[in-house]
Amino acid sequence: MGILIIRIINALLDASILFLIAGGLSLIYGVMRIVNLAHGNLYALGAYVSAWTIGKVLAGGSAGLVDLLLLPAGALVAGAVGAVMEPTLLRPLYKRAEEYQLLVTFGLLLVLEDVLRLIWGPYPLSASPLFEYFGTMHILGVAYPAYNLLVIAVGFAAAALIWAFVYKTKFGVILRATSQDMRMASALGVNVKRVYVQAFTIGCMMAGLGGAIIVPGQTAVLGMGVEALVLSFVVVVIGGLGSLEGALIGAIITGFVRMIGITFFPEIELAMLYMIAAAVLLVRPAGLFGRA
Amino acid sequence: MPGAIEAGPVKRALAIAVPIAAVLILIPYVVPPYQAYLLSSGLTYAIAGLGFNLLLGYTGLLSFGHAAYFGMGAYAVAFLVKYLHTGSMELFLLGGVIAAALVSALIGFVCVRYTRIFFSILAMALAQVLWSLALKFYWVTGGTDGLRVPTPTLLGGLVSNPEDKLDFLSGPYYYLVLLFFFAAVAVMWVIVNSPFGKALQAIRDNETRAAFVAVRVRRSRWIAFVVSGAFTGLAGALWVPANGLITPDFMYWTFSGKIVFFAVLGGFRTFAGPIIGAVVFNYLEYFAVATTDYWQLVLGAILVFLVMALPTGLVGTLGRLALKLRSAD
Repeated sequence: MGILIIRIINALLDASILFLIAGGLSLIYGVMRIVNLAHGNLYALGAYVSAWTIGKVLAGGSAGLVDLLLLPAGALVAGAVGAVMEPTLLRPLYKRAEEYQLLVTFGLLLVLEDVLRLIWGPYPLSASPLFEYFGTMHILGVAYPAYNLLVIAVGFAAAALIWAFVYKTKFGVILRATSQDMRMASALGVNVKRVYVQAFTIGCMMAGLGGAIIVPGQTAVLGMGVEALVLSFVVVVIGGLGSLEGALIGAIITGFVRMIGITFFPEIELAMLYMIAAAVLLVRPAGLFGRA
Repeated sequence: MPGAIEAGPVKRALAIAVPIAAVLILIPYVVPPYQAYLLSSGLTYAIAGLGFNLLLGYTGLLSFGHAAYFGMGAYAVAFLVKYLHTGSMELFLLGGVIAAALVSALIGFVCVRYTRIFFSILAMALAQVLWSLALKFYWVTGGTDGLRVPTPTLLGGLVSNPEDKLDFLSGPYYYLVLLFFFAAVAVMWVIVNSPFGKALQAIRDNETRAAFVAVRVRRSRWIAFVVSGAFTGLAGALWVPANGLITPDFMYWTFSGKIVFFAVLGGFRTFAGPIIGAVVFNYLEYFAVATTDYWQLVLGAILVFLVMALPTGLVGTLGRLALKLRSAD
């Protein structure tokens, strides 16, 4: 029983990180109709920056509760990179066929992958003191790291916050209006350029936050970005590209499918995920929550 | 006459192709063996680029999953070695093309129901299934260690293999690649200039109108997908005996990205674009890897620059320059 609960918690842990990454990807697509292939690298950037910051500040010492405040550093840096990327590299391409946007972001993926290696070298970077500070707790007799519960809480809090932001604020109304009809929004006086930068920055920050909160429990390694990108594709394909609710449901489904796959069918875990994504695309091309 | 290719374009194409072919045939006599080998691997990639561009340039479908067919061609060869213990190059090529065509028929059947970004993502997702199978079924595929492919025998041993592998690669093997490269170029040229090729271009430019003049849109896309996959599989089967090893990395979607790169670098709106793109890319990668640890950064920056500044690729840009020079006279 205890093991089952641990597995469910692990699936939720996976889901909350996946939501942060895929939610950002989906938000950006929903507003700007761009699939950012470099999105996974912003998640990796968040992980590296947070791990590096925590490593510098603690300098080998043990962590305290205050050090949690250092984690958002990764999200901020990822957001800043996004805020620079959109106006300089993506804006000139909106009038061209969408293939070009895929190509430019693929180029950025290659560049960012090596930039991480250039700055932090080929070795994994960890921020484990923070993870250790929270220690373990016992769930029905099974020891479990308490920090992971914090990650799940942050993931779901972020989901609630983004939901409130998009549906309950004036900025959210402008964002949705731009997403539905960019020309009309522009005609009504919305500064579309600004909305695009803001949406792109928020999307990148979400990915960066995902990397930042997962890094104490794991490590920042090269290649984590590409892996995360492919998984978040599965999430948005299941949930529907451009839908935040879809990203949440897709992330939860993906988290549980991965958990079941890893536990019972380790050989075909990945194949199972992609097949489910393909099946959803076949039955509902726009995903479970997407607009057709 | 419907169905026939006019004589004019054939003459013009031959006027360009024959001198280039002559140079390619003479090259191993002029350059060091390693350079001949390098060129031959560029030409192998060019076959994949040609296949890929039937979809992107002529049908308007951007596949981010072509590594799967390249890898399928290569793995089919490795399976022939592992299970049938054969070393015959002819069997390798046959097996590689058939395997890639079958897999792309299956995956293409699903993918061509969509266009644009959904096509790209679906093509990628299904290609990733193959990658994950190649990775996880290690008792069949060798997992991350991959499978070895020894030096093959050509024409059942009629052509004797030199002792040194580099001599083999720059000698008999170079001409084998060249032969298939010529064949691939000729076949693809006929396809894109045939009524079927014109139908694909009509679909690319306006799907509704194409359907209106009785083009069977989905079926044509599917056939294009299979032809494209078969060409890419041929490239994989040609490439793997030279490399000597196939690993799941060549099925991963970042390798698909490289195939996309070929077409964009050369220019996907022209027939010769992906050929030039593949050969140039191969040199570019070779020099980038040789000179810096951060070759991905260099390649990525080049790709970004190409898309931003030279969207018509090398061939398109040179063509425009040539036109300008001519009109300036």
